[in-house]
Amino acid sequence: MRLRADRNLAVAIVAIVIALLPFIVPSFSTFELTYVGAYAIAILGLIVLTGMNGQISLGHGAFLAVGGYVVAILAHRFGLSFWLSIPIAAIVSGIVGIGLGFVALRLEGVYLALATFSLAVATPSILKRFGDLTGGVMGIVLPPVAAPKVLAGVLTPVQWFYYVTWAFAGVLFLVTARFLGGRVGRSLRALRDNEIAAVSFGVNPHFYKTLAFGWSAAFAGIAGALIAIPTAYVSPDSYSSLLSITLLIGAVLGGIDTMWGALAGGVMIEFLPLWVQKINNAAPSVVYGVALILVMLVMPGGIAGTLLRLVQRRPPAPGDAVLRRTEPTRAVEQ
Amino acid sequence: MAAAPLLEVSDLHASYGEIEALHGIALGVERGAIVALLGANGAGKTSTLRAITGVVKTKGTVRFGGNALNGHGPEDAARLGIAHVPEGRGTMGALTVWENLMLGAYTRRDRKRVLGSYERVVGYFPWLAERKKQLAGTLSGGEQQMLAIARGLMMEPQLMLLDEPSLGLAPIVVREIFALLKTINARDGVSILVAEQNTTVALEAATHAYVLETGRIVVSGESQALLRDDGIRRSYLGY
Repeated sequence: MRLRADRNLAVAIVAIVIALLPFIVPSFSTFELTYVGAYAIAILGLIVLTGMNGQISLGHGAFLAVGGYVVAILAHRFGLSFWLSIPIAAIVSGIVGIGLGFVALRLEGVYLALATFSLAVATPSILKRFGDLTGGVMGIVLPPVAAPKVLAGVLTPVQWFYYVTWAFAGVLFLVTARFLGGRVGRSLRALRDNEIAAVSFGVNPHFYKTLAFGWSAAFAGIAGALIAIPTAYVSPDSYSSLLSITLLIGAVLGGIDTMWGALAGGVMIEFLPLWVQKINNAAPSVVYGVALILVMLVMPGGIAGTLLRLVQRRPPAPGDAVLRRTEPTRAVEQ
Repeated sequence: MAAAPLLEVSDLHASYGEIEALHGIALGVERGAIVALLGANGAGKTSTLRAITGVVKTKGTVRFGGNALNGHGPEDAARLGIAHVPEGRGTMGALTVWENLMLGAYTRRDRKRVLGSYERVVGYFPWLAERKKQLAGTLSGGEQQMLAIARGLMMEPQLMLLDEPSLGLAPIVVREIFALLKTINARDGVSILVAEQNTTVALEAATHAYVLETGRIVVSGESQALLRDDGIRRSYLGY
């Protein structure tokens, strides 16, 4: 059980670092790190859907849009506090996700990627089309975040929302770890590896595949809400199809086979473009591509997967990395 | 035999889309028996097993322990006690040995009894316990086949369907696996229906056999009788 103790220690250290960061780094960095938390939640959803269940989504930006707009519309029209609107955003996004999950049951691999991508492409146009509700091209301005009165003297609004975001992230990570570690996680991965075999043991593929879609969409919805609130603004152009691709790349870069990958991926999505911009303004998308290729070649498990392997100091077991690269075995149809 | 067989299949048709793969199969597996299902590639062995558990679309009757099975999904087959060890073993390479075994017990909620089954399975395959954290994909072919059987046993099945357990394995490993199947059958009373191309090994283990050809059963009978009949051997068993 040494491994489990090590993992708990690592989780504790990471939690403490996250808790202390706002008092160490400048305010603007705290603002950026809030986004990291939100992206980590979105990627965590992709890890469940794509990493664990093997369904590719190139359309998760759409769920971020759902989350962001639900919160924005509820705040703008009804003055609803985000404590209420974030759960609503999760539910709405989750329902849309389940709907897409039903479509996904009939699609696989490239076809699924294309179908979800079409959703990502359509998102900005849909948002512009229903301008009465969404504010059209102009988008919606959200009220600024304010820390509750009790904490007003202690935390700046930026720090306050940083903690809100990471509290959400913490809870969602724990919930996900709980489920992925047991029967649900086993079933998701079994369906990914060999659907026919999994089904013959009584695993219901429709239930789990739809569940994975709903789950990841709900997480993306929460992430979208958590991004929209501190940004205080949503507009169609914030949700271009590039966002969806960025999320998937972040997941793969971070490490799509482990929950730690969500953290690493969140950091990459937020900071990689900023670092690269220092070299050249046009560089980020190129670097994303190059980084992706490098990760595939050099560290198939992504940043988190590679770090884990180094930390566990075991020789790479045969098939450990290799297995990921091979096609999942599918029984031959007769 | 006065009692109805454990598994009773009659006029079973199965199709993949437009194409019908089985054209009315009838077979039975008595309680406690080992039955072989023989035939060449594409004869319909895999389809027969899949039709029994309901993985493919079927028409006809499948009765298991007095329950009508068809029309229901594979979940019901699993719940009623049919373990399907699929073609190509179906071990989940990216899952650990332990996770594979737990998957076998998917339909069972009583953790204590599942652990009891685990102890029993480890009795047959002691190496599983030492390697339970290993990824199944890193096991050898023979070990994966054994894991697949062990996983089937985790269901505490009344009937095991095995789809070509000899596939791609060295003859000595094949013998070992069939010897284990006989032991499991004798000791735990698990009935077995095994689809095989390796007719010699299968007929030696089985009491009864069916020979499939292009979706129909063309010959059936006692294994010993089939083994002795030179005509049948040459025409259908291919040696």
